[in-house]
Amino acid sequence: MDKGKAVMGTGRRWAVDFSDQSTVPSSRDILDPPGFSRASPEQDDSANSRQKKDAEANWKLQKAWEVAQSPFKNLMMMGFMMWMAGNTVHLFSIGITFSALWQPLSALQSVGKIFEPFKDNKVELLMPKLVFLALNLGGLALGIWKLNTLGLLPTHASDWVSSLAPPQEVEHSGGGFAFH
Amino acid sequence: MAMAIRVYLLFLLFLSSAILSFSLYEDQVGLMDWHQRYIGKVKHAVFHTQKTGRKRVIVSTEENVVASLDLRLGEIFWRHVLGTKDVIDGVDIALGKYVITLSSEGSNLRAWNLPDGQMVWETSLHSAQHSKSLLSVPTNLKVDKDYPILVFGGGYLHAVSAVDGEVLWKKDFTAEGFEVQRVLQPPGSSIIYVLGFLDSSEAVVYQIDSKSGEVVAQKSMVFPGGFSGEISSVSTDKVVALDAMRSILVTISFLDGDISFQKTHIADLVEESGKAEILSPLLSDMVAVKVNKRTIFVRVGGEGKLEVVDSLSDETAMSDSLPVADDQVAFATVHHEGSKLHLMVKLVDDLDTVLLRESIQMDQNRGRVHKVFINNYIKTDRSNGFRALIVMEDHSLLLLQQGAIVWSREEGLASVTDVTTAELPVEKDGVSVAKVEHTLLDWLKGHVLKLKGTLLLATPEDVAAIQEMRFKSSGKNKLTRDHNGFRKLIIALTKAGKLFALHTGDGRIVWSMLLNSPSKSEACGRPNGISLYQWQVPHHHAMDENPSVLVVGRCGSDSSAPGLLSFVDVYTGKEISSSDIGHSVVQVMPLPFTDSTEQRLHLIADTHGHVHLYPKTSEALSIFQREFQNVYWYTVEADNGIIRGHAMKSSCSGETADEYCFTTRELWTVVFPSESEKIISTLTRKPNEVVHTQAKVNSDQDLLYKYVSRNLLFVATVSPKGAGEIGSVTPEESALVVYLIDTITGRILHRLSHQGCQGPVHAVFSENWVVYHYFNLRAHKYEFTVVEIYDQSRAENKNVWKLVLGKHNLTAPISSYSRTEVLTKSQSYFFAQSVKTIAVTSTAKGITSKQLLIGTIGDQILALDKRFVDPRRTLNPSQAEKEEGIIPLTDSLPIIPQSYITHSLRVEGLRGIITAPAKLESTTHVFAYGVDLFYTRLAPSKTYDSLTEDFSYALLLITIVALVAAIYITWVLSEKKELSEKWR
Repeated sequence: MDKGKAVMGTGRRWAVDFSDQSTVPSSRDILDPPGFSRASPEQDDSANSRQKKDAEANWKLQKAWEVAQSPFKNLMMMGFMMWMAGNTVHLFSIGITFSALWQPLSALQSVGKIFEPFKDNKVELLMPKLVFLALNLGGLALGIWKLNTLGLLPTHASDWVSSLAPPQEVEHSGGGFAFH
Repeated sequence: MAMAIRVYLLFLLFLSSAILSFSLYEDQVGLMDWHQRYIGKVKHAVFHTQKTGRKRVIVSTEENVVASLDLRLGEIFWRHVLGTKDVIDGVDIALGKYVITLSSEGSNLRAWNLPDGQMVWETSLHSAQHSKSLLSVPTNLKVDKDYPILVFGGGYLHAVSAVDGEVLWKKDFTAEGFEVQRVLQPPGSSIIYVLGFLDSSEAVVYQIDSKSGEVVAQKSMVFPGGFSGEISSVSTDKVVALDAMRSILVTISFLDGDISFQKTHIADLVEESGKAEILSPLLSDMVAVKVNKRTIFVRVGGEGKLEVVDSLSDETAMSDSLPVADDQVAFATVHHEGSKLHLMVKLVDDLDTVLLRESIQMDQNRGRVHKVFINNYIKTDRSNGFRALIVMEDHSLLLLQQGAIVWSREEGLASVTDVTTAELPVEKDGVSVAKVEHTLLDWLKGHVLKLKGTLLLATPEDVAAIQEMRFKSSGKNKLTRDHNGFRKLIIALTKAGKLFALHTGDGRIVWSMLLNSPSKSEACGRPNGISLYQWQVPHHHAMDENPSVLVVGRCGSDSSAPGLLSFVDVYTGKEISSSDIGHSVVQVMPLPFTDSTEQRLHLIADTHGHVHLYPKTSEALSIFQREFQNVYWYTVEADNGIIRGHAMKSSCSGETADEYCFTTRELWTVVFPSESEKIISTLTRKPNEVVHTQAKVNSDQDLLYKYVSRNLLFVATVSPKGAGEIGSVTPEESALVVYLIDTITGRILHRLSHQGCQGPVHAVFSENWVVYHYFNLRAHKYEFTVVEIYDQSRAENKNVWKLVLGKHNLTAPISSYSRTEVLTKSQSYFFAQSVKTIAVTSTAKGITSKQLLIGTIGDQILALDKRFVDPRRTLNPSQAEKEEGIIPLTDSLPIIPQSYITHSLRVEGLRGIITAPAKLESTTHVFAYGVDLFYTRLAPSKTYDSLTEDFSYALLLITIVALVAAIYITWVLSEKKELSEKWR
């Protein structure tokens, strides 16, 4: 666009720019074709970029830890909300409880995706991932505990027999007063 | 799953606890319910047609109803239902404006205002002994002169002023052995003749001054043969009586106080002689005598000479004589000939003069004519016209005039004895639903109207239109099965032995069938229906069979009389077959087995202690043989205070060759001490009741297992002294004891004694609880007690993991011989009303909470939530208990006026309430019968599984349309905005 404007400004009707822009990725408008990797020319870069990379890895690790610890805040908030919601079954408490169950579950499902930006062969992501998993499981446990306190978990005998039909009887009898 | 149910149940609970009582709005009356008013079989009828105003007939009936009927349409102008013990002995019109009724063996005399039925006065007459009761109202047209009404009853002759009911004088006739037979007063005379028999052999005539009640003269004469007690008065100074041998007619004339007898042998009158019987109709100068199945008319001559003038078949009904113009007296006879009914009105003096001869086509299902009442009117050509009110064998009442049935009333329905329900046929492909529904425009219009109604925008015309639409709506009167099971047939058996099928939609009679219609053979003289059972209820694999009901009858009133089974097709109302079973019927026991055509197996017990299996097919026999060891029956002998249990023993092949007959052996007896306990009531659960679950969950997740058994018998006994009327004993003398007895083993599971209490006991037994009503003499109040019974031996089944894995024996079949430990809980409450009957709602799956339906003394039905009679109620329920729906304990049960399901109506003479489930789980059919019939649908926990009929579909539709439109518009707007953003 900028170029187009400049061209228009000088009064030219059209121009073809033959300069090779493949080495200047910042200024490209067009996406790379699939499978094309721009990394190869950068590999044999100068040695001072190694330091830069280390810093980046550190930064990534730091970020990964931040992400891994983020459910903790969530957990605290959830706990507070649950405490606020009380122990009776109504719309609010059920909503809170189900969101408390849903959030960790969805987070657990997409754990790979969340840590993808920090993926680096230099960065050890296992620990952050484990912490993330543990915190989310904690959240899940909190949700289940809440569900239980609401009495919505089938942990009592009554939950399993409440729709049990009465047993058949072996003997049959009838009778009563005689007709008159 | 369980969780979902819990959430659902909790939701339900919230719904149900939000609204405590069931009630309806004024404009909903008559939408689901109907009410039919009856009077019963007519005993006496008095026409009132003199004035030019409304022509009416005053009737008194066997259901103790006195009513005034419109003679043109047969509608009830007014009606009074006297108590069950207040039997009406006579009815008449006095002074041309009062209806006089004599009831309770001549001890209650009442006057009702003729036009509106208001009671004018009531006089209780002194009575000392049981005797005939006679009412004699002077037929004097001079209104200004007050002739007294003469009433004989309870041994006393009373003269009562017709104006205010004041007793003018009374005369004692309570002498030993003296029976007053007739009280006669010649018109215009001041002398009253009282004729009676002393020790059945001496005729005594008293002459009494009608002003003062003084005996003017007394004559007596001994008749050596003795009198049988049957008597007919032929004129004011002559009666004809029958001697003790029933072979001689004695004319007793007592003109001027001189008694003279004139004997005539019946053998002299008719060739073939036999036991004679004097028939009731009052004919002047003539007496009707029944001899050898013939009715002979005997004219009584001036000197007491008898002469046979006519003879008729004994199935002829006769009316009393009626004065017609020119001092002539006429009477009517009605007899059958095939399906025709012949009505003849003849002059008494000259039987060859037939004033009226009419023949009317009559429905065979009405049976024979029982009674005829005639009335005359002057036609425009100055000749006499007659109208006849006839009472048929099925108790129906018809008015015949000019050779046609002007109106008819199905009075048999006033004496329903047993009720069951049946499904309607499934809708066939040929019948299109669309024809019944309106066009889309009409439909929408209707809903817009309803919407206006809901939003309170409707004008009065709109409201009327809504009402009309509701009445016509939803094809509720169609004769096919509907999706919700709201349309059903109510099959009712009446005392007259007629079967009626009523439609639940509007209560109309779909078909009716007389068990002993004249077209049938005479093998079984006069069968009377005893009870009604569902014989065949096809579903699943026998879908193309029509359902049928079994009517068990008996060929006579004696308990050893042979029984009769009649199978009736429910769809057509035709009798499929009927059989004289050749043995007596003492008890009928429907078994829980059906054969391949869904016919239910029934056992019928006879007086010899044998049981007979029906249907008599080899398939049924093989099914029964399989369960032979597990079938028991029990008998309750209230007189001896014994309950006996029996088991099947063997085929009674030794005595008869009938392989469907089985002998029984006695297993156990429960003997109540006769000096302290007398059985007054027994009750079992309804065999077709469905119980959803065996577990009862308390608020703290505690589990109790219900003891749900069909083999439980509730027995109530009172001290023999306390068996009488309430208040006839002191609290110390009376005690009420209730038992729960297992009918297989005879084991008494529970015994509860109420000191100082008295019957009558009305109880209802459902699932694992019994609720009963009785009188507490100490508190002077009625009480309800609830007993719930729980299975203690199952209580250990509390391990969740075992239950999750299904490692429990909770669904294994149980036997009464396992001697289950039981736990009972009970609680009592005061109740402000006396109760006639109690029933409980029943639903298809048994999930919906139950309501007690209490038939109160005021002939209304009160719906009371079972939650009010819950033994777990406490004074201060905890929060959790409150959530569960436990109501704080109060000493008496509330009567909420809105929970009368009969709203403003009364089911006069209420005798029973029947409930039947609809297909929709929330809903139950309720049918109450007495003199009146009442039907309604109930939803004890509200209709949680369907939208109500007033649900505004239009509102829903409009909302959806508006939402879709709004979404579309906003989408278009946002698209536009985005585009303009992009162009910026």
